[in-house]
Amino acid sequence: MHVPNTSIGRHLSQLVPPTLVIVKILKWTHHALDQYAKMYLEGKQIDEAERVRGSYKKAILASCIYCSLSTKIRLYIAVENILSSTKFKKNKCHVWDAEGPFKPLHVMNPTRLAFIRSTLCRHFRKDPHCARPFEGLKIVDVGCGGGILSEPLARMGATVTGIDAVEKNIKIARVHAELDPLTSTIEYCCTTAEKLVEEERQFDAVIALEVIEHVADPSEFCKSLAALTISNGATVISTINRSMRAYATAIIAAEYLLHWLPKGTHQWSSFLTPEELVLILQRASINVQEMAGFVYNPLTGRWALSDDISPYDG
Amino acid sequence: MKRVITRKLFVNVYGLRVQKKTFCNDAAAKLSSSKSGQCSKEPEEKQGSTTDVHQYDVAIVGGGMVGMALACSLANSPLTKQLSVAIIDSNPALGSRDWIKKEEPPDARVSTVTPATISLFKDVGAWQYVQQHRHAYFDKMQVWDYTGLGYTRYNARDANKEVLGCVVENKVLHNSLLSCMEDTDFQKTIYPSRLTSMTLHSSSSSTRVDSTSGPEFSTRGSVAKLELSNGNSLYAKLVVGADGAKSRVRELAGFSTTGWSYSQNAVICTVEHMIENHCAWQRFLPAGPIALLPMGDRFSNIVWTMSPKDSSDFKSMNEDDFVKAVNHALDYGYGPHPQSSLLGTGDIFSWLRADVTLSANERFEVPPKVVKLVSERMVFPLSLRHANDYASKRVVLIGDAAHTVHPLAGQGVNLGFGDAYALSRVIAEGIAVGTDIGEVSLLKKFEAERKPANIMMMAVLDGFQKAYSVDFGPLNILRAAAFHGAQYFSPLKRSIISYASGDQRLPLFS
Repeated sequence: MHVPNTSIGRHLSQLVPPTLVIVKILKWTHHALDQYAKMYLEGKQIDEAERVRGSYKKAILASCIYCSLSTKIRLYIAVENILSSTKFKKNKCHVWDAEGPFKPLHVMNPTRLAFIRSTLCRHFRKDPHCARPFEGLKIVDVGCGGGILSEPLARMGATVTGIDAVEKNIKIARVHAELDPLTSTIEYCCTTAEKLVEEERQFDAVIALEVIEHVADPSEFCKSLAALTISNGATVISTINRSMRAYATAIIAAEYLLHWLPKGTHQWSSFLTPEELVLILQRASINVQEMAGFVYNPLTGRWALSDDISPYDG
Repeated sequence: MKRVITRKLFVNVYGLRVQKKTFCNDAAAKLSSSKSGQCSKEPEEKQGSTTDVHQYDVAIVGGGMVGMALACSLANSPLTKQLSVAIIDSNPALGSRDWIKKEEPPDARVSTVTPATISLFKDVGAWQYVQQHRHAYFDKMQVWDYTGLGYTRYNARDANKEVLGCVVENKVLHNSLLSCMEDTDFQKTIYPSRLTSMTLHSSSSSTRVDSTSGPEFSTRGSVAKLELSNGNSLYAKLVVGADGAKSRVRELAGFSTTGWSYSQNAVICTVEHMIENHCAWQRFLPAGPIALLPMGDRFSNIVWTMSPKDSSDFKSMNEDDFVKAVNHALDYGYGPHPQSSLLGTGDIFSWLRADVTLSANERFEVPPKVVKLVSERMVFPLSLRHANDYASKRVVLIGDAAHTVHPLAGQGVNLGFGDAYALSRVIAEGIAVGTDIGEVSLLKKFEAERKPANIMMMAVLDGFQKAYSVDFGPLNILRAAAFHGAQYFSPLKRSIISYASGDQRLPLFS
């Protein structure tokens, strides 16, 4: 691997761990090849600003081309990326298609629901062997998306309110929830947690799964979640850990190699480690009682709960 | 050749025959012949039933033993007992609870339940009802063939068990499952008719308002609509096809099947002896095996597999001739008796290890003589059939609808019971996390659990059937060697007993 031997490069290499540099460079080169291949295939005219950026990338690219075999792989990835992204635009990927591009979310769902069920039943002293243990509980699903979490919660007996900032998601969620009489009672609103606090709504349980890494100010978000929960209520948050393994799996593997998520869905810098999250929650007066790791086993294709929440593995 | 040799190693599984024709098929045939006189009543029924269309969580099409086992196990699990279930079967015995009289001669349709199935029945609380009626445990078994070159005796104590299985009449099993369900306050509705058509509504919703004062029908999004032969319709979130080998659900849902029919028919009947019989006997004849199973009270059940032409001859011949033919087939007919203990008494490895199987020392015995024919003779064609998929959106197959096997090892209905309990467990797990029970991903979990086990058993049974239907010198010697191997090599015998009892999932290496 040929790191450009400029003074900037040397400073950078002292400040940041070398693995991170390599990873960043891989990302840039991949993106550069991507751009070049796209431009070549589409035959577009390059904008002047683009040309400047393009020449910077060309320098990186040139330095990497001297690496032997991996170049071919990157070219293949870039071309495959383009082909698949055009395929994505053609068939509108529907969030409720269990075999479609949202398949990992559907596979993940039963495991995280099992965790929610056991912790909420313990917290609210409900019978876990009952078919509808959440009868009488008001739950809000923050960032509900297409309603993949809200519908099972409603089937478990809860009165569910689903909120999302994107209007399209709310529309999809409403249409799908109408199909089953048990889920047609879900209330969907296109709003944010902060706006709900202004409306002075309160819920027994507030669930915000995979939301906090997309929010601009996590501590304000946690304060809104705390305001939405009644005293002695429950808040459930899940997010991706800021670890090397998470970078390799959630960003490189999920976005670039396997195309489970569109590129740019996650920013590694906005991930939170468990310690940081606990601190933020405590400042928002939420007492943290249980934590669990959530790992994917690629051999069986299933998610499982584990005790593995350390930030430094990789 | 290798395949033949590996099949030879499994040669002596149970020589138990099973007669597990579900109630559906026979009763449907009887009912259709009797319904012709009732045509005038049907239009009246139709008028009364189209106004209210009920929605159920689960619709079990086929109320035979396997369908009832599913309903019973749903009724007894805390997570699923609140589901509303519709059972669609035109058998009149489901509606009325006719008590089985003890003095009645045993019915010819019996099944052998393995210890694994017995424990499943005990879990749902249905076994206590079976024990109130005629049932026969047996702990010994003898298998040999017509060449007289070898035999195998199995004893339950070889594998540290009490029994090898229990022979129970089908109607007793069915009744006990019904009684067990009656005990709980499970919401089930029995529809005494047959399924005519089934449609799966697509995800586009539609609102219908009933113009008469009835309630407004909410959107019937993705549910299955079933139409019955008496004009009723109902909606269900999950349709379970438990309607036997000629499954209508399988046909309507478009599942493709693989299989072939064995050119054999099975003749079954009940016979009586002079003495009590506590052992199961199976002899492989050139045309197919004949099995004698103890039913208690000096009765036994005979299942004789033979070519279709012979089966019609045997069905129509008079009783005395039939009894003579049975005795001949079990005794000296077609070939000599095997010699006991070819290499002297005892396990040839007894000097190597301490654990000697009890049955390795047992001599060959001749089965008890049949004295009288007690029931009528019935003939059923035999085939192998396997549905390529067990589940699709909102539809799942269990029991004979999913897999039909040869009765030579008494495994058919036991596979069906295993399916029913596995499905009820998977449904309970789905409800625990709030899944829609008709979701394909949930049903595929059931399929992934049961399909490999079913396919393995079917392959083993089909292998036996093919191995025993050929009369070829070297093959006969191989079969004899396999008999001896199973008789004297205790680990093999133990693993055969465990596999056939349903305790282990793979025939070997488990």
